[in-house]
Amino acid sequence: MYLVIESLIKIVVIIGGLMGAAAYLVLVERRVAAWIQDRRGPNRVGIPLTEIRLFGLGQPIADGVKFIFKEEFVPGHVDRLLYVAAPMVMFIAAIVLFAAIPFGTVDLGIAGWAPINLVVAPGLDVGIIYIFAVSSIAVYGVLLGSWASNNKYAFFGGVRSAAQLISYEIPLGVAILGVVLATGSLRLEAIVEAQAATGVWNVATQPLGLLVFLVASFAESGRLPFDLAESEQELVGGFHTEYSGIKLMMYLVAEYLHMIAGSFLIVLLFFGGWHFWGLTGDGPVAGIGVALVRIAVFLAKVLAVILFFMIARWSWPRFRFDQLMGLAWKVMLPLGLVNLVAVAVWIEYLRTPLVAAGLPEGLVMAVAGWLLLGVAGLAATAAAPSARDNRPDRSLVARYRDAREAR
Amino acid sequence: MKSDDKSIRWVEEPPLGLAGRSYLPLLVGGMTTTLKHLVGPKMTVESPEQRHAIVDPLGYRGVHRLNRDAQGRVKCVACFLCATACPAHCIDIQAAESPWPDREKYPESFTIDELRCIFCGMCEEACPVDAIELTSLYDLSGKSREEMIFDKAKLLSVYDQTKDAEPMRSAQADLAADAARPDSGRRGEEPT
Repeated sequence: MYLVIESLIKIVVIIGGLMGAAAYLVLVERRVAAWIQDRRGPNRVGIPLTEIRLFGLGQPIADGVKFIFKEEFVPGHVDRLLYVAAPMVMFIAAIVLFAAIPFGTVDLGIAGWAPINLVVAPGLDVGIIYIFAVSSIAVYGVLLGSWASNNKYAFFGGVRSAAQLISYEIPLGVAILGVVLATGSLRLEAIVEAQAATGVWNVATQPLGLLVFLVASFAESGRLPFDLAESEQELVGGFHTEYSGIKLMMYLVAEYLHMIAGSFLIVLLFFGGWHFWGLTGDGPVAGIGVALVRIAVFLAKVLAVILFFMIARWSWPRFRFDQLMGLAWKVMLPLGLVNLVAVAVWIEYLRTPLVAAGLPEGLVMAVAGWLLLGVAGLAATAAAPSARDNRPDRSLVARYRDAREAR
Repeated sequence: MKSDDKSIRWVEEPPLGLAGRSYLPLLVGGMTTTLKHLVGPKMTVESPEQRHAIVDPLGYRGVHRLNRDAQGRVKCVACFLCATACPAHCIDIQAAESPWPDREKYPESFTIDELRCIFCGMCEEACPVDAIELTSLYDLSGKSREEMIFDKAKLLSVYDQTKDAEPMRSAQADLAADAARPDSGRRGEEPT
């Protein structure tokens, strides 16, 4: 019974927190985008019926009310069942994956109470596989929505989006495998605790894995520079062309949640989760004060990653579709495999003799990791499988001329 | 276009070097530009608390005004040149015999449909007596269409509102005339 109540409280907190976070991150994104474009961004909406502005903090509420009261137009040519189901699938898949995101374990210090694991699904041994599996369901939301829209632009957008999501899932998984192999566990808590125990974050030892994971999660969340499914400057909206009102909002919020989930995973896997040297301690269980500090540290890291996502959006141009696919299959997948093999070789053959020789394990791993990043990056650059010659083929011009003269 | 045309110069795109193929300099360059602008000065003018600085108020084409002469009478002589010049046909003038000895006609009513106006300034150029001018007021708004049809009183009130900030084109001559007149600056009781 206690477990049920505890779980319900956790679910309410995490869903409420996520919805609030998604709404306010939209505001943050608009402000950041405005600053980057030398504007100020929405800073007017404050408390209604007063002159109080609060830096535009009322804007998400106004946006939400507007979205809810908008006309929800369903075109006559759609497949109604799938059309209605698709955004729900996308939304539910996006929100359910937060069930396995661990915020640490808190010991309330009350006699008879076991320490509370601050995660909706505690003790989930396959945490990372669960997240990976659930986030893949987003592809169904995209495909169903685009197919049910019965519109060729939506369909093209959906096919592109699906190809992109499926392709980048492979480097994503391979990058995760490197971390899983180094930790020896699929539990996200264990991955964080391993980083906290040694004080060496995985970003130091597996920078190549981070690179692959970062690029793949950019692509998975469908944001610039990989947003060709929508590419709002060039195409109509992509797979959500035919959607409006609250259904469109579900799609947009789901995409936002994917970005948030990607940021959470990056922090959990590579930046030590709730751990910060000298601030949070390094044991798995913490008292209530330390637990709060841990949550704050964790959320601050996640926010930093999200800000990086937002700034990256305005920094780099969009990839062409063949470049996107080339980057996934010819660059990121091999790099991820190199990282995986290197971690495996390290664990199987190198770790024991080097540690026995008295070398500090973390330092050696970090040096090896960054060397690997340099060498592999250089090799990938030199081979440059993603840089395609896109210049017009002069021989084609000559052939065309010959053919015309022959006529 | 023939591909072997002598006038066509084929330019080869320079091949990408190692740095270019790694995307790295471009990624760093893009991020640097973004971060510079993120913290850089902002261009936004927070209207309506702040106003745009109008460089040349006399050259700006905003809301119209009907100028008054030194006695406070409307300067217009109802010659219809502005209404004729107007490409948007937004000026409507009804002329009547002038009550004053110095001109034959004056506008009994003078109406400008500000919603129809394209703010081209041709009325201003056409006016032989500098009676109609465009001010630098740019944020005109109203709650109904009727409100946006400016009649003579409204146009004259725009003049009263803006005359200090933006003197008339012919202000020099008027100022000289004012200096010569003993009751300068006083409004006449005549119909305006």
